[in-house]
Amino acid sequence: MSEPVIKCQSVYKIFGANAERMLKEANGNVDAKTFQENGCIVGVNNASFEVSKGEMLVVMGLSGSGKSTLLRCISRLTDATGGKIFIEGQDLLNLNNKELIDLRRNKMGMVFQSFALLPHKTVLENIAFPLQIKGIKTEDSINKAMDMVKLVGLDGRENYFPRELSGGQQQRVGIARSLAVEPDIWFLDEPFSALDPLIRKEMQDEFLRLQEKLQKTIMFITHDFDEALKLADRIAIMKDGIIEQLDTPANIVLNPATEYVRKFTEEVPREKVLLIKDVMDEISSNDLGDIKVSKDEIIENVAEKILTQEKTVAVTDGKNNIVGSINPAKIINTVFGGRKNNH
Amino acid sequence: MELLKKYPKLFQWLFLLAVFFALCFAIDVPETYKFIRGQAEFVKDPNQSAFVFLGKEVRYYAFDVFWRLPPLLGWLPIWINDSLFFLMNDWMPMEFWNEDTQEYKTRPLVLQITRNLTAFMTFLIELIREILLGGLETIVAFTSWDWIDANPWAELPGLPWTIVAAGSAILAYKLGGKGLALYALLSMTYISIFGQWKPSMQTLSFILVAAPLSFIFGLGLGVAAYKSKRVEKALYPILLVMQTMPQYAVLVPALVLFGVGDHAAVIITMIVAVPPMILLTLLGLRAVPPEVIEAGRMSGCSNWQLMSKVLIPTARRDILIGVNQVIMVCFSMAVISAFIGAKGLGFNLLLALNQLNIGLALEAGLCISLIAILLDKMSLAWANKQVDYFGNLNFFQRNKNSLFFGVIVIVGILLAYFGSIYFKDGYNYLFEVPHNKGISTADFWNKGVDWIFDTFFVYIKAFNTWLIVDVLQPMRALYLRMPAIATLVLVVGAGYLIGGVRSALVVCGLTLFIALSPWWDRALVTTYMATFGVLVSCTIGFTVGTLCFQNKHSTNFMLNICDIFQTFPSFVYLIPVMMLFGITDTSVLIAVIVYATIPATRYTIEGLRSVPAGLHDAATMSGVTKFQRLFKIEFPLAFPHMMLGLNQTIVFALFMVIIGAFIGTEDLGQYILKALSDKKGAGIGLTLGICVAFIGLIFDNLIRTWVGKRKKHLGID
Repeated sequence: MSEPVIKCQSVYKIFGANAERMLKEANGNVDAKTFQENGCIVGVNNASFEVSKGEMLVVMGLSGSGKSTLLRCISRLTDATGGKIFIEGQDLLNLNNKELIDLRRNKMGMVFQSFALLPHKTVLENIAFPLQIKGIKTEDSINKAMDMVKLVGLDGRENYFPRELSGGQQQRVGIARSLAVEPDIWFLDEPFSALDPLIRKEMQDEFLRLQEKLQKTIMFITHDFDEALKLADRIAIMKDGIIEQLDTPANIVLNPATEYVRKFTEEVPREKVLLIKDVMDEISSNDLGDIKVSKDEIIENVAEKILTQEKTVAVTDGKNNIVGSINPAKIINTVFGGRKNNH
Repeated sequence: MELLKKYPKLFQWLFLLAVFFALCFAIDVPETYKFIRGQAEFVKDPNQSAFVFLGKEVRYYAFDVFWRLPPLLGWLPIWINDSLFFLMNDWMPMEFWNEDTQEYKTRPLVLQITRNLTAFMTFLIELIREILLGGLETIVAFTSWDWIDANPWAELPGLPWTIVAAGSAILAYKLGGKGLALYALLSMTYISIFGQWKPSMQTLSFILVAAPLSFIFGLGLGVAAYKSKRVEKALYPILLVMQTMPQYAVLVPALVLFGVGDHAAVIITMIVAVPPMILLTLLGLRAVPPEVIEAGRMSGCSNWQLMSKVLIPTARRDILIGVNQVIMVCFSMAVISAFIGAKGLGFNLLLALNQLNIGLALEAGLCISLIAILLDKMSLAWANKQVDYFGNLNFFQRNKNSLFFGVIVIVGILLAYFGSIYFKDGYNYLFEVPHNKGISTADFWNKGVDWIFDTFFVYIKAFNTWLIVDVLQPMRALYLRMPAIATLVLVVGAGYLIGGVRSALVVCGLTLFIALSPWWDRALVTTYMATFGVLVSCTIGFTVGTLCFQNKHSTNFMLNICDIFQTFPSFVYLIPVMMLFGITDTSVLIAVIVYATIPATRYTIEGLRSVPAGLHDAATMSGVTKFQRLFKIEFPLAFPHMMLGLNQTIVFALFMVIIGAFIGTEDLGQYILKALSDKKGAGIGLTLGICVAFIGLIFDNLIRTWVGKRKKHLGID
């Protein structure tokens, strides 16, 4: 396995005057309450994880859970109080200002919740901005920006000002700007939270399409659990600065690690989240029916097919080999069982 | 007891008032006390006491400490003065190369610095002045040619007025469209035809130097304050004092440092105009959304790129509002600095007022106001203008204004040439209409004033007498009757009740400074005049504002009027009141009232406007009548904002009261005016200025603290 693109080792971010001294004295045992009594606020508490190339990690948490702070530590918009962060093996916290600027100019892109477009520049100029900051010739940067405009589907509006665009369009500009330098790492800080539900769905689909094409390494922040389930390869759920659980969507839904996580998963329609492979059994008997389902299907899509069978259904992988089996009872149990009264 | 528990604040206030009045009645006026007229405290009198501090002897009339505190700070002005003179004349003498005499000369460092500074300023002003009016100083400065005296053709010819007028119209068109262009053209033509061209251009050149310099320094310091907390903390008290310091008071020390003339005026103007620029820059930069800054950072901006490409462009509007403020301050200083010999309209205005030639004063005042309004509107239009995208325009479209201006220049020169042939013997009216050769309406106005006096003299006099005898004199006597200790208790108590210990201490310090200065009595007179002005202004402003608010059109109309009135340089207000009431306290007070009513009205309207629309609808749906809505919803919610208006009203009133010294009042302003003509007036002028500023700051502190608490309580902002 190759080196992870982002690697965090017990990262802490504590706000307040004596943050560093208190962290040292706490000896890796940070308690938010005692810190608060001493005038410090714990933003991120002992976060350790890795993101590998092309993976999308979604950090989910309610407001104040420290998810944005975590992102800002990794983009070094704020300096982490303790711990180590490696970006492609480089020790982020030891970079000097010039190296940091270099890293941002070439490797990182970020999208913001409030779009954060420059009001005095047009769509095209906004997108070309990171390129021009980098010192690329005006003509080249404009050409590149034009490609980006096309990529996010804003052709014809390149000379508009941000104030003349709708929220969804503005965020498209924000996305295009963050992609203009062709970064390897893509940070998205609640990019769709300020949008209407309908637009949000449209943008999520658009985003998945882009990611399929670009295969960036992504950290995506959201407070919307459904959005996290829809987009994520892996989800980190944060509460009070602590990562409560970091796992694939299916595992989070099926095996919530804490009470807090379980509350989120309660209302989730499992048939829409889980894949067949998440719930299938070993190849049990040889008494399989004729029907086969792919292991990468969402349960909802094949539920009818399975439930109308009396026999266990075979599960196949991409090459049509049988890799498992699933019976109707299992489907019913997954979708309707294991809920509130079970606990 | 029940009541006491229900309204604890009310009883605290009542208790404070009771203590205050008890002190007032308990402490008798000492028999020897009288209001000191003139500068009697500097006359040796056996009844005076004296003390020596830092080698300065301070003489004063001693009274019961409860009645008036001894002027323990009396040494301060003398000390400031001596230090200033020491700095200028004796400190760090150094050898400097003298161009003219070609030899080294010994000069104190500070003197050398200030002289170089003034020389630089003079050069800048002359440069612009000669572009507009013609002259030889600039060419001499560049080439040091002596023969230019003998060869007048080598002088800079100056621009014909037609070019300046048309040029300003083009600029106005570019910034604000047709209406503004028309206004620019008309007002410039008016100025020319009425023979005010030369002084107007002198004033304009003064402003074209002072305003950009103030802008640069203000922006630079604002950015520095934004970047460093330490710089901000160091600047903050200066900014605060400068906001309430009467502009008059800065004149005196600058007189010592920089001498007399336009250059000194520019430097003073910068001192006064830079603080609002700093404040607005800071405000604008602070208002840039944090995510925009982060976006800049993530795009890989260096610090410099972040400032110049992200922060400043995003804060553009606030910064340009700052430019607008700078221009306004420059105009009011253009008049006031005539006291220290700045040329131009202000000087003419002052001269005319001194000669009681109201007609001439009115003409000069009108011209200043016209230019002020023009520049005000232009800078506001610039601030509100959104940058257009010019990418798809061709060369001609992009440069049409410059091209058009080029054409204008050629036409203007041709016209001027044509004029030089046509008006062979007399003046070339197409080049410049000379002063006093244009149409003058002064006689008309003077006759008008005479007519008013002849016709209404009886009524005006009766009103005047009534006001002075029945209102002003008793009020003034009451203020002077307050024992110093009672005043102190009242102010500090109010501070404590409003803002707790911290506020009480601040207010106590400010009051003590005034009480321990030798001018407590004068400060009381200033306060009484300001109080009277503020009371009347607020009543008028509040009523007018509320009435106008009832209708959308009248609201906008009133706000526009406020805008225009605010643009007039403060001195201009003295002209019409002197027309009507001559040289009396009434004149000053009426000017104060007119001037201070502007912020009172504006803030009333804006306060009422700031009430959220949702609440309006909610109130309407609960079936309130118009009056109920006004009294139960709008007033309570708009009140904090209105109180900020009161704060502004107080500052405006204080300014005007001090300027009123020009007409003749017996308060701090009178002393400042005196200090202007006093060789050793610098220390006195500055200390007096600080006293006035502190009066303003006492109210400022109380009101702001109260508003802050109230807003928090109501949950606004």
